[in-house]
Amino acid sequence: MSIRIQGVSKNFGSFRALDEVSLDVPSGSLLALLGPSGSGKTTLLRIIAGLEVADRGTVLHHDENITDYEARDRKVGFVFQHYALFRHMTIAENIGYGLRVRGVSKQERQTRVDELLKLIRLEGLGSRYPAQLSGGQRQRVALARALAARPNVLLLDEPFGALDAKVRTELRQWLRKLHEEIQVTSVFVTHDQEEAFEVADHVVIMNEGRIEQVGTPAEVFERPANAFVMDFLGNVNVFHGRVERGRAVVSGLSVAYPDYQHPEGRDAAVYVRPHELEVEPTPTEAGSLAAKVLHVNPTGSRTKVELRALDSNQLINVELTPERFAELGLKSGDIVHVSPRRVRVFVPDYEI
Amino acid sequence: MTVETAEVRDAPRAKSAATKIRRAQQDPAWLRWSLTGLAVAVVGVLIVLPVANVFAGALAEGAAVYWKNLVDDPDTRHAIGLTLTVVPIAVTANVVFGVAAAWAIARFSFPGRTLLTALIDLPFSVSPVVAGLMFVLIFGLQGYFGAFLRRDGYAIMPYLVAALLVLLLAVAYFVFRPSHPRARRGLWKTPPLGLAFVFATVFVLLVLGQQAFEVWPANKSLKIIFATPGLVLATAFVTFPFVARELIPVMNAIGADEELAALSLGANGWQMFWHVTVPNVKWGLVYGIILCNARAMGEFGAVYVVSGHIAGETDTMPLRIEKLFQEYNMPGSFAVASVLTLLAILTLVVKRKLEDRIPQSEQGRRTGAHP
Repeated sequence: MSIRIQGVSKNFGSFRALDEVSLDVPSGSLLALLGPSGSGKTTLLRIIAGLEVADRGTVLHHDENITDYEARDRKVGFVFQHYALFRHMTIAENIGYGLRVRGVSKQERQTRVDELLKLIRLEGLGSRYPAQLSGGQRQRVALARALAARPNVLLLDEPFGALDAKVRTELRQWLRKLHEEIQVTSVFVTHDQEEAFEVADHVVIMNEGRIEQVGTPAEVFERPANAFVMDFLGNVNVFHGRVERGRAVVSGLSVAYPDYQHPEGRDAAVYVRPHELEVEPTPTEAGSLAAKVLHVNPTGSRTKVELRALDSNQLINVELTPERFAELGLKSGDIVHVSPRRVRVFVPDYEI
Repeated sequence: MTVETAEVRDAPRAKSAATKIRRAQQDPAWLRWSLTGLAVAVVGVLIVLPVANVFAGALAEGAAVYWKNLVDDPDTRHAIGLTLTVVPIAVTANVVFGVAAAWAIARFSFPGRTLLTALIDLPFSVSPVVAGLMFVLIFGLQGYFGAFLRRDGYAIMPYLVAALLVLLLAVAYFVFRPSHPRARRGLWKTPPLGLAFVFATVFVLLVLGQQAFEVWPANKSLKIIFATPGLVLATAFVTFPFVARELIPVMNAIGADEELAALSLGANGWQMFWHVTVPNVKWGLVYGIILCNARAMGEFGAVYVVSGHIAGETDTMPLRIEKLFQEYNMPGSFAVASVLTLLAILTLVVKRKLEDRIPQSEQGRRTGAHP
């Protein structure tokens, strides 16, 4: 079931948590709300769930306006960051709670609970209490509880936030697989871009109560809409330069920038990802920056090299493949020449 | 193999080191013994001896006299009965108000929240005698409402009772009404104006019914001071903070997530309260009730002022003890005192037993919320 959010705003006192947010979640998709803390992503999720009331705007489920519905009538499953399992109920009672309050018979409830215990691979643990389970198990129980009443929409608030790294990776893959199996429209909140890219088919990047960009992981990573998105999604080198007549110029280095053809130059920020920088032992014809190698970190699948530009003293992070690194034979103190394979330029909007 | 032997060789050394550390942390024997002795002596002289003396005094003239003192004196019998009437009403009222206040303070932020939190503690800081006097000044014959209640107490009763019943009806209507606009059929679809009309009609019918059938006797005015309602008011006022103060920290610690989870799973407010909130705060609530009950039974100051000490009418147990004592009826006084003491000891035992049971669920709570 699709979700449509139209012009939703929410203030907490003088703090603007959401500012005229509009978003479409296609039916059956798995969407991630990604943003730094305080960007309004959890508030948006809670408004979809009906746990928070929007000051303005409407929420539609499959063209049905549910803005004024209470949480219990929205048929959403909500998974809380700290699970919020009922501590005095057994696992089976927890999972069956949504059916119990809807008046489902005990027998039917039992069948569904067994089915879900099997789905979350916790068969035989139904009579335990939440305190007797590990964090990852509790998170799966919370998910099963949310799914028990067959919700139209599944909402997850930082579902893996409280887990350790290994369990988190496992659960991510498991959630991805689970979603492929049950195909329920799902929205989850995270501040971890890697998690969002790994799990979701669509990513919504939020900042200061507004949506910055919506797209598939590849789209937002490859074509970030603005400087915030570029900066937020992974490591990036920022150079300050100017744009003029279809070219961007940074410390003597000139790259094509056809979006800006005006003859009058303007300040601009040039962003280059560490893996999109080329390192050569000698200056290149197209132009390059001379830099000194400060530090080399050869662990991991890519070798990370920290450089300092000779003229501007700016720190530059470069990632090389191990083969290229071996070919260059870099060590601290070497002088190298850096040139970007690809840049993104963001000219600040005209202030009116 | 080598590792093993090294460990074995190390073991005695580690043990002696541990003993040394323990010795270093311990105070000398004379200090330990004198401190322990002092504590035992203080408890013995200030607590054990007087309490034992109460029972000794009560049973000084034999068990038969003790029994007679308790049962044969109609005023004493009435005092015990009155305490057992007033205390449950006051405790029940405080449980209802305490839960409501704790809920409001722990779950919502509203203007005046800090003030409400401070006001809940007020009965602790105000002297009970002053509390009693307050009620006398309001409801006493010379007070603001006293003369009116004496004159027209009968006349306002039907309205009061009717208003209370209509309020209960309205609360029940909104609790049981389906929240989903589409699920509301028939009576549940009544518009607000229609509802107001229905409630007004019920109110009028109740008032007319009272006038026709005289459920509240026509010649009886509403007496608060020097009567049971005054005793209940004074007792409830003095013991008000216990339940709320026990619950607020518990509710704050647990947080609202489980309640929100219940709502998102389809529970209504009523189900959420009974399925999630009450089980979670159960121990805090029981603890608050026990403390509230203990304090309410022993309440003297406030009750002293509002009761007017009418023997066989408004004397509660503590008041009865004082009166017997003033009449030089030591065995009688001690007999009633022993009953009150027994009730207090019983309360302590129950509380102790509960404390033994709490840690398990408390453990569950801590690991359950934030692993």
